[in-house]
Amino acid sequence: MKKLFLTLTFILLLSALFAGSALAQDKVPTDDEVNAIAKQLYCPVCENTPLDVCPTEACRQWRELIRTQLSQGMTEDQIKQYFVDNYGARVLAEPPRTGLNWLIYILPPVIILAGAFILFRSFREWTGRSKASSVLSAERSAATPPAEDDYVARLEEELKNRK
Amino acid sequence: MLAEFGYGVLVVSFIVAIYSGVTAVYGAQKKSAALVESARRAMLLTFPLISLSAAVLIYLLINNHFEVAFVYEVTSRSMPTYLKVTAWWGGQAGSLVFWSWLLAVFTSAVTLRKWDRDIEFLPWVIVVSAITLTFFLGMTVFFENPFARFWLVNGNVEPGMFAPIANATLFTPQDGQGLNPLLRHPGMVIHPPMLYLGFVSFVIPYAFAMAALITGRTDDRWIRITRRWALWAWLFLSFGLVLGGRWAYDVLGWGGYWGWDPVEIAAFMPWLTGTAFLHSVMIQEKRGLLKHWNMILVILTYALVIFGTFLTRSGVLSSVHAFANSPIGPFFMGYVTLTLVVSVALVIWRWPILRSETEMKSMLSREALFLLNNLLFMSILVVCFWGVIFPLVSELFTGQKVTVGPPFYERATAPLFSALLFLMAVAPLSAWGHSTVQTLGRAIWKSVIAALVVVVTLFFTYTQNIGALIGFFLVALALFTTLREFWRGARARQKAQDENFFTAISRLMGRNRRRYGGYIIHISMALMAIGILGIEIFQVETQGLLLQGEQLNIAEYTIQYRELASWDSQSEGVNHTRAVLDVYENGIFLGQLNPRIDYYFDSQQNMTTPGQRSTLRDDLYVLLVDWQPVSSAGATFKVFVNPLVNWLWLGSLLFLIGIIFAAWPDRDPAEETARRNVIRSNQQTSAAD
Repeated sequence: MKKLFLTLTFILLLSALFAGSALAQDKVPTDDEVNAIAKQLYCPVCENTPLDVCPTEACRQWRELIRTQLSQGMTEDQIKQYFVDNYGARVLAEPPRTGLNWLIYILPPVIILAGAFILFRSFREWTGRSKASSVLSAERSAATPPAEDDYVARLEEELKNRK
Repeated sequence: MLAEFGYGVLVVSFIVAIYSGVTAVYGAQKKSAALVESARRAMLLTFPLISLSAAVLIYLLINNHFEVAFVYEVTSRSMPTYLKVTAWWGGQAGSLVFWSWLLAVFTSAVTLRKWDRDIEFLPWVIVVSAITLTFFLGMTVFFENPFARFWLVNGNVEPGMFAPIANATLFTPQDGQGLNPLLRHPGMVIHPPMLYLGFVSFVIPYAFAMAALITGRTDDRWIRITRRWALWAWLFLSFGLVLGGRWAYDVLGWGGYWGWDPVEIAAFMPWLTGTAFLHSVMIQEKRGLLKHWNMILVILTYALVIFGTFLTRSGVLSSVHAFANSPIGPFFMGYVTLTLVVSVALVIWRWPILRSETEMKSMLSREALFLLNNLLFMSILVVCFWGVIFPLVSELFTGQKVTVGPPFYERATAPLFSALLFLMAVAPLSAWGHSTVQTLGRAIWKSVIAALVVVVTLFFTYTQNIGALIGFFLVALALFTTLREFWRGARARQKAQDENFFTAISRLMGRNRRRYGGYIIHISMALMAIGILGIEIFQVETQGLLLQGEQLNIAEYTIQYRELASWDSQSEGVNHTRAVLDVYENGIFLGQLNPRIDYYFDSQQNMTTPGQRSTLRDDLYVLLVDWQPVSSAGATFKVFVNPLVNWLWLGSLLFLIGIIFAAWPDRDPAEETARRNVIRSNQQTSAAD
């Protein structure tokens, strides 16, 4: 009786295993599904090569790992988190938006806006000043016409005449 | 013996470079023409000296002298001779010698020219060139010696120039490691020299800028000389960047041309400041404005050239700790800092005499728009610089390594590049000195309507993607306004000179090559933008395992896997694996593709060569990813369809044509007048006869 029970359990377990693998095989993740995630990851060894196109053996194994994880039903975010937990934030294509990393996102726009502001203010200053001394500057620019401008001016002149 | 000779010559060139710099400073101080002449000759001497040293290195490379560590690292017996020669710049130590050699070529060229008019610049141009040359030669002499050899010391192999202990013997390995297969590509043979040429030739404009600051001669003369050199430097750098992109597309096997890799960005950054300079220099020439800013741009370009070399050479990119351990890292950093501080100090010292001659009058004038263009280029530079530096900052302060990859750069630079495209459409229409919304509007409205027609057509026939439509609108606008500039100019000339259209357009362009070369470059940029929009927005890819005879569909294409062969080529030291695929489009047979993987035994590395089918509409780009060696029944392919990407290459070609057109030396106006006078006087004499 006990023997029968054991055999039954064994068969049951085995069939569950088969059923499980058969279930998994039903939806083996395609290469494209794997690559969609791998594209966003960078292995720590091959610098600056995204995982989906990295030809090394290590990266091939990582891609297989992603495939396995996908077949286990893990989501994209979970898989990415798994790699971050195991290999650090550098596997991501961009630094995560935490702590010091905010600097990378904030500093460039701040500098660019500051540059734009300085330029704008200088414009205002220049144009303001030149309005005050417009007569003088007009005289000066008329007095020293740069050589190449002659041609441009003539071109403009001709075009006007044509109209 | 030969290695010692090569090293000896290198050391001598190092000393000669130092002599040249020191003598030039002293000569300038004492106003001694003899000393300056001596410095000039010493500078000229560096060229044959470094050439000799390089010739020795090439001889060692060609003749398999594997006892020399550098030769061992970059060559192997199976490599063809031409690759052994190009292995000269395939590794760190050799490429530094190459850098020095190019610099010697350029400085010799500069010192050979007629100096009557600019004699006061000469000593300082020599000083700056000599300092740079000394720095690079010093690096090869002290840290990265390409002639260092392997020594057998008590059974261990140690590298070093000379025997570390008395009874050490030379060790010669059987074969070398061979060049990285990725570098065994015709594109790679010419791409690094072009980049280096671009890098090195930016040293000359910098030298002139410094000379102008030091002598206080800040009239237009330096900017004229500098502009010409900068244009050529820009030509080489652009050529290098374009070739690098094409090489990546053909060899790196990821279906792209630009990966925002720090090494790429290192070369891109001086290009950005150089481009900004080439635009803002026009403001100085035409309006006498922005002299400070132009100085700063030249200095920045130089600093970025050195910084770029440093980034790619010091190992700092893989880790800040690698930087600390590598001897050249701190050396480089020190040099960049020092030159930057000294240069900026000089600008501040000369600040008063660099004042503008006129004033900015209108926010829509050409000069104002050029400034906006500069702001955009600088903004892209900020993004690139910070993106490259940030991982180092992060590692330094938090110990956490991070990657700054394409998504960051693409998001940050896309609006900036779009704004540049827009400016490219508008700026050529605005006038120097003064423009108003009305004048600009009158000049542009026809092009705007034409561009809108294009976009509406595209909306109904090609794409509904908003980003793409905005991009195509800007491209069309830039194209139309630029083409219209050619047309307007030619028509005006036609009318005035009574020429036919083609004569008119060729004479028009010939009269002002810089202007119309610039416009050709603008058109090429618009074409390149089409390609970039295509591949960035519309690229599709798929990957799959195919059994023999099986098919895979992507876009309108079907590829069918026919067969695969793998064989060894002993003479090349390579195992080739090559697949044969049939390609169909909507059921019609188009031809076959042969994606390939070559495995190099010596360096134990793969090289992936895609099968490509290129049309102006798109590229079908197939990579062999994997295969079953035993049965050869199945193989995995990665397939990309890259729409419009060939417009990028077409644009690149036109880009180079445009720069050459613009940079082609004009006759010197002064010489031209002199020549005419001579002709006239000759005619008069003959008439008198």
